[in-house]
Amino acid sequence: MIKTDILIIGAGPTGLFAVFEAGLLKLKCHLIDALPQAGGQCSEIYPKKPIYDIPGFPEILADDLTKNLLEQCKQFEPGFTLGERAETIEKQEDGSFIVTTNKGTKHQAPIVAIAGGLGSFEPRKPLINNIESFEDKGVEYFIKDPEKYRNKRVVISGGGDSALDWSIFLSDIASEVTLIHRRNEFRGALDSVDKVQELKNSGKINLITPAEVIGIVGEHHVKAVVVSQAEHIEKEYEVECDHFIPLFGLSPKLGPIANWGLEIEKNAIKVNNALDYQTNIPGIFAIGDVNTYPGKLKLILCGFHEATLMCQAAYQILNPGKKYVLKYTTVSGIDGFDGSRKEAPKAVVKAIN
Amino acid sequence: MEQDVNIKIIDRNGVAHAILAPTDMAMNLMEVVRSYELAPEGTIGICGGMAMCASCQCYVLSDTKLPDMQDDEEAMLSEAFYVKENSRLGCQIQITPEMEGLEVELAPES
Repeated sequence: MIKTDILIIGAGPTGLFAVFEAGLLKLKCHLIDALPQAGGQCSEIYPKKPIYDIPGFPEILADDLTKNLLEQCKQFEPGFTLGERAETIEKQEDGSFIVTTNKGTKHQAPIVAIAGGLGSFEPRKPLINNIESFEDKGVEYFIKDPEKYRNKRVVISGGGDSALDWSIFLSDIASEVTLIHRRNEFRGALDSVDKVQELKNSGKINLITPAEVIGIVGEHHVKAVVVSQAEHIEKEYEVECDHFIPLFGLSPKLGPIANWGLEIEKNAIKVNNALDYQTNIPGIFAIGDVNTYPGKLKLILCGFHEATLMCQAAYQILNPGKKYVLKYTTVSGIDGFDGSRKEAPKAVVKAIN
Repeated sequence: MEQDVNIKIIDRNGVAHAILAPTDMAMNLMEVVRSYELAPEGTIGICGGMAMCASCQCYVLSDTKLPDMQDDEEAMLSEAFYVKENSRLGCQIQITPEMEGLEVELAPES
């Protein structure tokens, strides 16, 4: 059981900033995210795109914003459960909550802050009618452990960065890598495209374009995929393989959170924005893109504000009746949970003779 | 209002909506769909309009002259599902006076 003060669901910009604000109040945080890395949409959908409305940053790449937020909250030592989706929540007699992920990891905290953006990212599955029956039997939508593919024959489909990058990576591990894409053109970073071209020329990657996987063959495990190729004349044939990895990106779904008894409106969680961004269940907050209230704007900067007020309210719940005054970091500095201290340099007082 | 254009949008349930869309708000078709709530929030415009998610894919039914497809839109459509000959991404279609009479159908959610 992982125990913490504030359990944050979603490790996007809002969740990461909440760690910092909580840390200033000496509250410890743990984050759960369905993606294998922190950053949420910023790292999953548009890492290389610039954002122009982060206060104090005329321009910052989404990826860099994530890195900065991780750096900013690092001394507060957040815990992470990545690559797991928060599945159920159970209120305990002492008022705390136990949140269990799809992998069975249990987390306990008196405060839960849902910073889940548009929901957890689920793989976009190609429209192949029997694909679901081969899931985990040769069909995988994520690559978690590349070693699994050692000396195996792998078919990857897709035309973006992940399809290119994994084809390159697996070309050294798998016995055979076939990359199938609907067009001759790829969308990925130029050097990845060049690298795949090189590997194709040297025979380390079989490239089949413009083509599509339209079927899967096998009994208990993938044996081959059916490919429809449309160059010159249309033809259909089988490509034998041990694994089929469709990489068509991810799309967010609100998912299990929708069944937690929270008030939902327009695929978002209703909160009290006049006070503290708490939901209809006391002790559960919702901050960032996942919440809604009159006048809501889905902006990162609004998520930061909401995270800050949420942490204050969490502090009050955890320390009822305790006198509290807001401290400025410039005045009080930052004491990390790791023993580090950051503070403004002292003014130098020196006489001029 | 002369700066508004008439467009017709068939939602994912097959219901047709006659819409007046403003040409002076720098809106694109995806944003028009969202502002009229013709598809549930969170199911359209997920990437915000960067041509990076295809959640605003639609089929163009009228012969309205549309802006040419840029590389990123073409690339995204080549990875999307339910793509047809007349598929476009709503976020890449700006509402201009030339869009008068445009008719589109929203592609299924995927």
